[in-house]
Amino acid sequence: MDGAAYVTPDGRSIGDVVMEMRNITLRFGGVTAIRDISFDIREGEIRAIIGPNGAGKSSMLNVINGFYHPQEGEVWFRGAKRGPMKPHAIARQGIARTFQNIALFSGMSTLDNIMTGRFTKMKSGLLAQAIWKGRAEREEVENREIVEKVIDFLEIQAIRKTPVGRLPYGLQKRVELGRALAAEPKLLLLDEPMAGMNVEEKEDMSRFILDVNDEFGTTIALIEHDMGVVMDISDRVVVMDYGAKIGDGTPDEVRNSQAVIDAYLGVAHD
Amino acid sequence: MAITGLPENLCSFPKLLARNVADHSGKPAYREKEFGIWQSWTWQQASDEINALADGLISLGLNVGDYVAIIGSNRPHLYWAMVAIQSAGAVPVPIYQDSVAEEMAYVLEHCGARFAVVEDQEQVDKVLDIHDRLPDLAEIIYLDPRGMRKYDHERVHNYAALQERGRNAGVEADRKARSEALSADSTCVMLYTSGTTGRPKGVVLSNANIIETARASSEFDSLHAGDSVLAYLPMAWVGDFIFSIGQAYWTGFCVACPESAETMQHDLREIGPTYFFAPPRFFEGLLTNVMIRMEDGGAFKRWLFETFMKLAKRVGPAVLDGLPVSTMDRMKYALGNLLIYGPLKNTLGMSRVRVGYTAGEAIGPEIFDFYRSLGINLKQLYGQTEASVFITQQPDGQVRADTVGVPSPGVELRISESGEVFYRSPGVFVEYFKNAESTADTKDGEGWVATGDAGFIEEDTGHLRIIDRAKDVGKMADGAMFAPKYVENKLKFYPNILEAVVFGAGREICTAFINIDLMAVGNWAERNNIAYASYQELSQHPQVYEMIQSHVEEVNESVAQDDMLSGCQIHRFLILHKQLDGDDGELTRTQKVRRRIIEEKYSDLLTALYDGSNTISTETEVTYEDGRKGAIRATLEIRDVKTIDLSHKVAAE
Repeated sequence: MDGAAYVTPDGRSIGDVVMEMRNITLRFGGVTAIRDISFDIREGEIRAIIGPNGAGKSSMLNVINGFYHPQEGEVWFRGAKRGPMKPHAIARQGIARTFQNIALFSGMSTLDNIMTGRFTKMKSGLLAQAIWKGRAEREEVENREIVEKVIDFLEIQAIRKTPVGRLPYGLQKRVELGRALAAEPKLLLLDEPMAGMNVEEKEDMSRFILDVNDEFGTTIALIEHDMGVVMDISDRVVVMDYGAKIGDGTPDEVRNSQAVIDAYLGVAHD
Repeated sequence: MAITGLPENLCSFPKLLARNVADHSGKPAYREKEFGIWQSWTWQQASDEINALADGLISLGLNVGDYVAIIGSNRPHLYWAMVAIQSAGAVPVPIYQDSVAEEMAYVLEHCGARFAVVEDQEQVDKVLDIHDRLPDLAEIIYLDPRGMRKYDHERVHNYAALQERGRNAGVEADRKARSEALSADSTCVMLYTSGTTGRPKGVVLSNANIIETARASSEFDSLHAGDSVLAYLPMAWVGDFIFSIGQAYWTGFCVACPESAETMQHDLREIGPTYFFAPPRFFEGLLTNVMIRMEDGGAFKRWLFETFMKLAKRVGPAVLDGLPVSTMDRMKYALGNLLIYGPLKNTLGMSRVRVGYTAGEAIGPEIFDFYRSLGINLKQLYGQTEASVFITQQPDGQVRADTVGVPSPGVELRISESGEVFYRSPGVFVEYFKNAESTADTKDGEGWVATGDAGFIEEDTGHLRIIDRAKDVGKMADGAMFAPKYVENKLKFYPNILEAVVFGAGREICTAFINIDLMAVGNWAERNNIAYASYQELSQHPQVYEMIQSHVEEVNESVAQDDMLSGCQIHRFLILHKQLDGDDGELTRTQKVRRRIIEEKYSDLLTALYDGSNTISTETEVTYEDGRKGAIRATLEIRDVKTIDLSHKVAAE
């Protein structure tokens, strides 16, 4: 499965490698969060990273989006090795993310929150924005148009003007996805998009993830706790345990792997 | 053999469309909020869109006389589809978009739909799911392309692409010939009634039915091209067809579609329609909302609100009806309008409402008066699919909460021996599709249609009053008329009472089961420091009983005013320990009480109501949401209620 472009069972063709992790090791002082992990993410696929609590999944995501810099190993993006970069520079490269514990501006409306997702696309300066003529105005209109399409896509018109702090959890997650989508990412990173949701909210979210992938061809890497959901929507799955990779393959391959079963169900340490 | 007074050039919707393009070409015909902005289409643009779609349908093989299903929420494109289908000589059949696949399959199969125009992927999937049961269904046209990329586009078509195909198909002459062939007697639309009993029936309505009705009702309320409506009620419902297509095409007014079902309230405020329709529960919900928000307001604001609402209650309806009001009151009312009524109406989206209707169920007089006292011209109408909506309606200046108005223009009314209401009008339906038997049962040779409702016409005013469903109206042991719904509605107007079931057919006295409204009563308990642990405990609290008893006594007083129904006063009642629920089969899915089932299930309680006991222990089976069953035990108190003795009243007079 590794290494070559392929066609998914539902007929989507998956292209070349977009991002590759080569022998990543990440330490916090004496603690090794990630130990020698390699895997790749291909154009157009839904790639999941799963593992029990504390396996290093979120750390891995933070490495991908440049928030953490690994002590060892290389990150390759679009055929070039990526040096140490600030997260906003990485966002400019077309990588957007959501957070496990929702990081929205709770006093701001849904619309404004999603607008912030466009910040990398705004070129006019502070003064021009303040005077609000010419380019600044044009830019705002263009950005608003894209944001409105995102709102339409996620079916959150009804909460456009509602401060996000007042929204239920499931909707906040959707707004956060909206903000990430507003950046028109090539690669979308989702950190536990389904955490804390009820069954219906999970179904909705799964639908949106599949639609994003289908409609915009966005490559998606997601971390998830809920095995059932992951197995249903992803094309390939990386399994981590105690910072190491213990499995990588299609959902079926992973499901039947003894190492994965042991990690999830536990084995007697004798 | 419809005798129609319609001019030849206005006897079908394609012709009305052409007339509107000629008369109002640059005026907006449709608006829809999309991407946060109101988009609008003029009559000219709408006509172009409709014709392109009609040509596309013809080039796809739509034949004259075919049936075409339309499934989706209120969108201009789907309204265009209705007229495009008619232009192509076919018949539109709008279907409730929330129907489950099974119901949809029945309707599609029954009408033999060859095409289906649907809103989005969800509806496409539903139709494809039942596809093998529908040999006639050839093509599906979808509006929203989202998620549709991977579908097999042999038989599934994009709406916009089909319009493009139509523009280049060169079938304009064919379409014009087909539209030209439509007459007043051609079928305009087929609407399936939701069918509380048995299978839904396809009501066939002709152009004459719809257009005559639209004309008469538009004139009744002097609707004109400058009016506007918000189309948010299901497209498959006859009312929406009359308002958003019939009257809109007759008068040329603008139809606005909300962004989504959830944003309706907001869109209403932005559009500020001049003509508005909503079922009673909409007005109830809105009022509750206002009241809850006022409770949270500061003391001064609350005082201002209460003072002016008191004034509005006293003089508002008179001001609205143009009756004499003292100059002082008029000035005070004008001040109130500036401070309270105006801003409130604006918040409700009703600043511009000139004519508002409610129908479908009885509306609480309090609620009705609240809106009228604000200066909103809310009226009631009584109608049916089979009548193309209008049977009776209230003229301006004769509006009351307890009647449904006088016969609409062109409608004749008759009350049968048994008290059932019959009507005859130009709007009376042609037939039930493929169901001659039901047609004959409902409509007699002279065109009189049975409504299934019992009612009477007030002698002095000529207003119709509906009492109950005819099959529920019975006789008490002494032969007095028994109309449970009439009493139940009066009870349910109290916010504390969620549901009531009145018994008394064939018995000496009437009794009732009452369900409290947990929200309202819970709120009240909180304010009065009454502690409770469960619904059951709250429902049996002595103070709750006191409160409900006072409501029942008030209802008795009001029922006693009515000579015909004074026998329906409630002598004894109990408060049920559980809420009546659809999952337990006690209510229908549309939240209507299933009398027989409740009677059987709670037969022990019913016996206790009539044997004079003061308490009764019972055990009831309940079904939880996930399907598991359980039982709850309770001891219920039974209260005797003060009634007004009629012989006294007579003696006193």
